[in-house]
Amino acid sequence: MSTLTAFVNGVAFWAPRLPGWQIAVPVLRGEAAAPVQPAPRPAPTLLGPTERRRAPDTVAIALEVAGRACESAGADPKQLRSIFASTHGDLAINDYMSETLARTPTLVSPIRFHNSVHNAAAGYWTIGTGCHEPYTALTAYDDTFGEGLLEALMQAACSDRAVLLVTYDIEARGPVATMVPSRGIVGAGVVVSPHAQANSLARVHWRTSRGGERTVALDCNAELVAGNAMAACLPFFETLARSERRTIRLGLSPALLLELAIDFPDAEHADEG
Amino acid sequence: MPGVEAVELPGRLADWDCRNNRLAWLALTSDGFFGRASAARDRYGADRVALVMGTSTSCIGATEEAYRRLLPDGQFPEDLRRPIVHTPHSLGDFVRAALGLEGVAVTVATACSSSAKVFAQAERLIRLGLADAAIVGGVDSLCGSVLFGFNSLELVSPEPCRPFDRARRGISLGEAGGFALLERDGEGGPWLLGYGESSDAHHMSSPHPEGLGARLAIQDALTRAALTPDAIDYINLHGTASQRNDEVEARLVAGMFPSRTLASSTKGWTGHTLGAAGIVEAVITFLAMETGLVPGTLNAQELDPACGPQIRIRNESAEVRFAISNSFGFGGSNCSLLFGKARHE
Repeated sequence: MSTLTAFVNGVAFWAPRLPGWQIAVPVLRGEAAAPVQPAPRPAPTLLGPTERRRAPDTVAIALEVAGRACESAGADPKQLRSIFASTHGDLAINDYMSETLARTPTLVSPIRFHNSVHNAAAGYWTIGTGCHEPYTALTAYDDTFGEGLLEALMQAACSDRAVLLVTYDIEARGPVATMVPSRGIVGAGVVVSPHAQANSLARVHWRTSRGGERTVALDCNAELVAGNAMAACLPFFETLARSERRTIRLGLSPALLLELAIDFPDAEHADEG
Repeated sequence: MPGVEAVELPGRLADWDCRNNRLAWLALTSDGFFGRASAARDRYGADRVALVMGTSTSCIGATEEAYRRLLPDGQFPEDLRRPIVHTPHSLGDFVRAALGLEGVAVTVATACSSSAKVFAQAERLIRLGLADAAIVGGVDSLCGSVLFGFNSLELVSPEPCRPFDRARRGISLGEAGGFALLERDGEGGPWLLGYGESSDAHHMSSPHPEGLGARLAIQDALTRAALTPDAIDYINLHGTASQRNDEVEARLVAGMFPSRTLASSTKGWTGHTLGAAGIVEAVITFLAMETGLVPGTLNAQELDPACGPQIRIRNESAEVRFAISNSFGFGGSNCSLLFGKARHE
């Protein structure tokens, strides 16, 4: 296949020791130490006070990075199609549902049930922003970030418009954590577009490829998200933070990779995002 | 569905064994599909056939079972210590392994629109040249989360569901699996001519009162297909038999389509198969095109006054050249697919 081009026009990142892109950039560049104390989970300010308190971690993190990515791109959330990608969805609700079903199935909470769907965060995002543009919610196990980014790049190319990608995984709880472990909360988002704008962070030439290894993040950075099921997103955001012209490869499936040649036409401004 | 428990997966697929993947295997090996899909893989190359699966709860039933059978030390029982059946991509990963595919492999989980949206994602993959063909589909099986969850929302009917009936009492839950092979070219139809996707931006578990998102999805599908409503011969409605969905969807169809368009919900036969509803109803739409038998609305006796002349109780015979299938889901995710019997230029 031929190579397609997109621009990264907005970015957001959140992990307990990298709580926000502004904090993450100097750390990922090796110019500052990460905060020692983990930050509390971000507050989903898009929701009303009651829903804000009750919001599951998946919704809180997804709304945080979705909102920040749009701000960074100067984009109106109402105008953006979106892709929500999470490896496991809400592992805490899975634990609650499975435990309640094993003990007292008739006491399942209706709110927790409708929050258990994989597209709950996407639903709250479009409700909160009044967005009628389509969203999707997907997973591809270890390759969830790659498949999410591919779908965002594809939708940007097909619609000739900017698209929002939101990726996240939360801490696993209870017995299911022995099978699908995930530590801490990690969320990351980008706005990608076929069109550059004044504050575009990076340009990406992309294609699928069979050859090569999956890119890994620097050890010192990788340890900051280690154990989280979305840790595979880090090489992409590390590259954006370091503004280093580079080709990275993300998994799409066991035999296929997404190859991204990332460059920074305006590198002196790229780390201000 | 009877017999799912008795399905035996080939030994090479033992890691993926759970009830939902057994249902997937049953569907995959029905109607000669496994052979057709394998032939496409051999013809195009294993990395040129994309796989896009839809589900709402995937294999969560296996996790629920493990919690019922937890060992005294809190560990999962030995036979369920397989991570791949405790994560939602279990379905997509199972079908990828079963068919020996090496391309894009992804699971879409947007509740009840999941296996309709897979057609849209596959079309984009093929249009951009990322794949030469795609295997799409969806599988959802009944599990505790779904049964007790929908009951907690008081959406389940105490009798078999009666879509669009004046006295309908809620949904019937169903389970199903289905697949389709999409190719850019072929000897015959049906053809995917258009699709529309939208968001309600209204409520997590209740449709937009004027059906705004649904209207946007239908209009987008018509626009992509370059067709107007009067070209549509049949609409397979979402028609869950919930109070709100059917009222909103009936008004929308009455306002958008001419009286000659036939419309029905087939959920009286299948129940609401959730993440599999998109593929199940796409296949029913293909059958209507192939046979000229247009399904009516089983179990409906007296239609809701919101229904226009389009919605039919009885089966009818008619030529179906262009048809729409609607799938709307929790979280306000809407998808309409527009199929043609012949390729429409």
